[in-house]
Amino acid sequence: MSANPQAIRAKFWTPGVLVMAFFMAAGAVTVLARFIGGIGYVSNLSTARPWGIWIGIDVASGVALAAGGFTTAFLAHILGRHYYEPVIRPALLTAMLGYTFVVLGLMVDIGRSWAIWKPMVYWNPHSVLFEVAMCVMFYVNVLYIEFLPILVEQFKGRVKMPGPLAALNGVVENLLGLADRILPRIMWFFIISGVVLSCMHQSSLGSLMLIAPTKLHPLWYTPILPLLFLVSAVTVGYPMVVFETTLATASLKLDPEMKILSPLTRITVFLLGTYLALKTGDMVIRGTYVYLLDGTAQTNAFLVEMICGIIIPWIMLLSPAVRRSRRWLFIACALIVCGVLLNRINVFVVGYRPPVSENYYFPSISEMLITVGFISGLMFLYRFIVTYLPVLNRPGQEVSA
Amino acid sequence: MELNRRVFLKCIGAAGAGVAGAATDSTAVHAWESRAPADPLGCLVDLNRCIGCRKCEQACQTVNKLPQPEQPFDDLTVLDKKRRPDERAYTVVNRYYPGRRDERDQLVPTFVKVQCMHCQDPACASACIVGALTKKENGAVYYDISKCIGCRYCMVACPFEIPAYEYHNPVTPRVMKCTFCYERVENEGKLPGCVGICPVEAMTFGRRSNLLKIAKKRIESDPGSYVNHVYGEHEAGGTSWLYISGVPFDRVGFIQVPHRPLTELAETIQSSLFSYLWSPIVLFGMLGGIMRAFGSRSDRDINDKGEES
Repeated sequence: MSANPQAIRAKFWTPGVLVMAFFMAAGAVTVLARFIGGIGYVSNLSTARPWGIWIGIDVASGVALAAGGFTTAFLAHILGRHYYEPVIRPALLTAMLGYTFVVLGLMVDIGRSWAIWKPMVYWNPHSVLFEVAMCVMFYVNVLYIEFLPILVEQFKGRVKMPGPLAALNGVVENLLGLADRILPRIMWFFIISGVVLSCMHQSSLGSLMLIAPTKLHPLWYTPILPLLFLVSAVTVGYPMVVFETTLATASLKLDPEMKILSPLTRITVFLLGTYLALKTGDMVIRGTYVYLLDGTAQTNAFLVEMICGIIIPWIMLLSPAVRRSRRWLFIACALIVCGVLLNRINVFVVGYRPPVSENYYFPSISEMLITVGFISGLMFLYRFIVTYLPVLNRPGQEVSA
Repeated sequence: MELNRRVFLKCIGAAGAGVAGAATDSTAVHAWESRAPADPLGCLVDLNRCIGCRKCEQACQTVNKLPQPEQPFDDLTVLDKKRRPDERAYTVVNRYYPGRRDERDQLVPTFVKVQCMHCQDPACASACIVGALTKKENGAVYYDISKCIGCRYCMVACPFEIPAYEYHNPVTPRVMKCTFCYERVENEGKLPGCVGICPVEAMTFGRRSNLLKIAKKRIESDPGSYVNHVYGEHEAGGTSWLYISGVPFDRVGFIQVPHRPLTELAETIQSSLFSYLWSPIVLFGMLGGIMRAFGSRSDRDINDKGEES
């Protein structure tokens, strides 16, 4: 089965898009306030709680939920399963936008946004964060390069820029032609690099908290945290593809692609089972099950993460009927996505207990507005790009390849 | 097309060679080693001597040109609040009543000065993405603002919850913590501001090895007045600031900290996974091999399509 991605060209300003635009505007105003009044003006961050939801959701979860990009690239390009080609481009787009917003989220969170280039010059090879930053920086660019062929496909041979920009038409046309000739020959390098870079920083995001054994709750603090982060990122890749493809195709009234999504989640049963076994085994070996019934916020968050985010969707996916049903598959995958999201929030926010201060952190309204604004921005751009660029599979038109 | 294939194979070959090289290197990965200075300077605080006059807080503010506090330094009512060092004060003194009573049955206070412990293997310096925090030969954990990007990972890493942040500065905020008066000690040969001013010699400044001897001698010669523990000798793998006390440390605000350096696990995992970049090179080689074996059809497909259109 070949993919036939085309621009959707549906009506853009739907009520849903207007709602997204509203949240984007609210987020933008709050970002402005952050750069006028400082981080302290808009957030509840403190000496005891230096990282909040901007790191837990915008950055850590953003990276984890963008894992669909490298997992589908591995499947289709490295394993050569071209059957799955129709979901490659949407997954790539999600990853590209996800990582772009990870960088934007970081720009808001770090105190000296203008100094974000400094890790390129001042290296600290002992720092886990340094490695994560380098990988994310390279991977963002790899994603842009992987996306280039879509631009080439759309605009090659029909560059018509308006007004004074028209003088550049020839130049742009030549660049696109050059890209069209070169990209297919070197793309294999970027595809493999993308998978390697992803494996590196997905796991290292877990290593970040290893330096704080007295702060992270024992339910999550384990030497295998990097392995758990890597396995959960790989696991959430395909469910995330199902999640966003179902949302996009339902919203744009396209073919639900169940022929592809159902078999895609077969491997998820195995991956999620592995993740469950690792987490349970780790809990048993380290004896942390003693905390399970103590009723604290941390324990409850852990139980929700394990039961709703792993065990229930795993049992659901065991059933072929669930995997064939659009609605139930979506629910199972949404649970997995929420489970990984909650895991990242737990590791970076809920499970973080300052050893001295009794300073409880709850994100301020402004912090949430910025996070919601970024998520809306991501969805807005996704919709904009699938409307005007060939990303999603065209409904009902099988190509006669 | 042929060129494409040849370049591909060549690169995979190079990756394979890299794998072989890295495999031999990875056996040479060393066990974790401390990077602590051999005999740094330090400071011994004797909680039995401190009278809670807050002169050290004042000297710190003057020497480091910190902002004036809201309440003046001679206002001793602030001692009742359990304060923490923050972006306006590198050091604070807190008053505790751990339960000791004098001959007239009055509760005896214990005063505790809090500041950066200047760890021997500081977690903050290991964590810092740009190496803005470094452990100096003279013992100070030094902060170089010119490198800092404000990620606040140092604050996450610090087991003593010390670094504070100028959250209300929108463009050029700094991490704020005790400097051990690095420049003053290193370039001017003076004592740190707090040590120099103390009227009761509650603080002793000197080589860490000497301070440990002094601390143990004081405990030995008067075992009734001290608990047998030098806080900072082993905490977090050892710190440049050391404390001795007449009351158990957990009753006067000191927290339990692992005795191994906190950097050990993270650095060991990180270096065994990534030294000489062996794992990414191996992974690249393996994926290249898989792509060659299974994915080659995709090259042809993509190229065929490209040639058609």
